[in-house]
Amino acid sequence: MTSELILFFILAIVAVASAVGMLLSRNAVYAALYLILNFATVAVFYLMLSAAFISLVQVTVYAGAIMVLFLFVIMLLGAEHTGRLSESGWMFWTPIVLGAVLAVEALYIILRQWKAIPATQAAGSDFGAPAAVGLELFQNYLLPFEVTSVLLLVAMIGAILLARSKKA
Amino acid sequence: MIPLSYFLVFAAALFSIGLYGVLARRNAIAILMGVELMLNAVNINLVAFWRYITPTQIAGQAFAVMVFAVAAAEVAVGLALVISIYRRRNTVVADDIDLLKF
Repeated sequence: MTSELILFFILAIVAVASAVGMLLSRNAVYAALYLILNFATVAVFYLMLSAAFISLVQVTVYAGAIMVLFLFVIMLLGAEHTGRLSESGWMFWTPIVLGAVLAVEALYIILRQWKAIPATQAAGSDFGAPAAVGLELFQNYLLPFEVTSVLLLVAMIGAILLARSKKA
Repeated sequence: MIPLSYFLVFAAALFSIGLYGVLARRNAIAILMGVELMLNAVNINLVAFWRYITPTQIAGQAFAVMVFAVAAAEVAVGLALVISIYRRRNTVVADDIDLLKF
């Protein structure tokens, strides 16, 4: 077992455990902190896949900006108590059944194709440098990039309009 | 060298956990966190497929960046909706937001 594989398994255990911790914690602030831990470990996964730019964006945008927004709203509304999950009845079983069905389905597809999925990475480690990603975004994907920026603008205006108080 | 299928299994596990969170939680903010977890799992798949299948084209990373932007927009609008609902109905529990229900 190589050191890379050991690192992968440790990170995977931490990521899945923090995701489960997010589900089980009663306090929404703790859930948000577990989610930050999860995003940080996923950022290390991106580094293992030699996607340095994506990894840094993951830390700044996801673990930074988005989760700060979550914590802000949780504390602003005083909505720390997430309420317990239902303990019986269809509200308890439906999510478990649907989640399990999805997991089994995905595992079945992956295991059936196990031989066909490539086991080794193909290129050198200098691919996916930030400069290459920037060139790709502004040359081949200029239109989707601009559409995304319009989407962000619309979301910003929408958020301001929705959260505005009536008196102001 | 880690096989690609390990990443796929890991991302599938995260996606399923996120789906369970979206379906089982009652707090609207916790539901949004589940959606974030699912988007994150999708991004792992995008970057992993880029690295193993088409490493010479940066398309996988370019689309991962767009997923980031969409996730940020979704959270901004979603949390603004939560704040707006809280102002009108004084709750963030999804069960209590039932005005459209018969």
